[in-house]
Amino acid sequence: MDDIISIKGLAKAFGSHRVLKNIDLTIKRGEFVTIFGPNGAGKTTLLKIMSTLVAPSGGSVMVDGFDVTKKPVEIRSLIGVISHETYLYSDLTAEENLRFFGQMYGMDKEKLAARIDELLQEVGLEYRSNDRVGTFSRGMKQRLSIARAVIHEPSILFLDEPYTGLDQHAASTFEKVLQGLDAKNTTKVMISHNIERSLKMCDRVLILAGGSIVFDELRHDIGSAEDFKERYEFFVHE
Amino acid sequence: MIRGLYIAAKDLKAEFRTKQMLNSMAIFSLLVIVIFSISFGDLLSDSKIITQLAPGVLWISFAFAGMLGLSRSFASELENGCLEGLKVCPVDRSAIYTGKMISNTILMFVVELITVPLFAVLFNYSIRGVVGLALIIMLGTVGFISVGTLLSALTVNTRTRELLLPLLLFPVIIPVIIPAVMATAKVLSGGGIGDVFGEMRLLFVYDVVFFMIAQLVFEYAIQD
Repeated sequence: MDDIISIKGLAKAFGSHRVLKNIDLTIKRGEFVTIFGPNGAGKTTLLKIMSTLVAPSGGSVMVDGFDVTKKPVEIRSLIGVISHETYLYSDLTAEENLRFFGQMYGMDKEKLAARIDELLQEVGLEYRSNDRVGTFSRGMKQRLSIARAVIHEPSILFLDEPYTGLDQHAASTFEKVLQGLDAKNTTKVMISHNIERSLKMCDRVLILAGGSIVFDELRHDIGSAEDFKERYEFFVHE
Repeated sequence: MIRGLYIAAKDLKAEFRTKQMLNSMAIFSLLVIVIFSISFGDLLSDSKIITQLAPGVLWISFAFAGMLGLSRSFASELENGCLEGLKVCPVDRSAIYTGKMISNTILMFVVELITVPLFAVLFNYSIRGVVGLALIIMLGTVGFISVGTLLSALTVNTRTRELLLPLLLFPVIIPVIIPAVMATAKVLSGGGIGDVFGEMRLLFVYDVVFFMIAQLVFEYAIQD
């Protein structure tokens, strides 16, 4: 598998506060990487840099061969972002939201209509397609948010704490929907605080602490979630 | 450009569905007209005085109603992180500005369409030169919204945006308000388009210049 994300010597500072320090990281195409870390470790900043929302202070970040500082628009057409915020308009219906974001990705009208129907079925919301998103539960919004993020069939999916605000049932449904959309072998990079749930899904685990990657192992080398929690505490408090 | 139109269509669809912004802008604008007409009282019968005062009243009502709309324009994008959702789309930042500007301008036109007839009734005007008045209002509104949309984006992430937006906007739109009021006064006292050509040219240049500047700097206004 080739590298779809390649980060070398990445640094980010806000004023005198150094959030990311000399990060080197490569992510292979199709890999599902979860990044854990305490609050303020720089996880969201790292994700925002990879998704072209924040410019790095130093180093280089290449996404599918494009430099985030030089070709942000090309990168944006390759990525989808799922956040704890849904990026959905409450006063538009589920279908209108998906159509709007499809239009933003320049999708052809007929292809978009078919894709909306397909996705609404996959996330189990076809029966609410004409209802305003403002009337949806948090779990339904998050499922629709998956449909929004993958409407253009991205190569890379960034997930920023997607479990926030979801109850057990909604989180399970969210995982099923996410796994169900995996046919295209999309690369996924997820930030999470939920160790049990996230470990079940990913192939590789990173811990980011104090702006540096302090742990990087494949999922099958880690053992149980309980074992990992001990190691997590060790690395975070080191 | 097409994506800008999609953004404008999305904004207008949501707004005409809820009418949150439109209602408050229209009611505010109408209240200003009504309060001024009541406070002028007997002066309304003196056509000479009223011709001097009324155009200013009309533009005050437009400016304050517009301010209400502008302060909500980008704030609505903060709900559910929608602005960030837009920013991760492969859309040129200037398209976001264009879309927002178009939707804000259309909302202002709707408010003005409601306000002007009431203004005519309360200030005893039989509006002559409708075309001239419409052109002046159109040019003035486009200039006001061009700058206002940019500043609305610039102030959206500040805690004091309701205070900051008018403080930044009013000094910059003085070159729009003054010729717009002067031209409106001329048209309302029977002048033709030829009489207000100078003011209209000034408004047109302002509109073009500020639209171009806003297109160029908008990316920095919404940067994280």
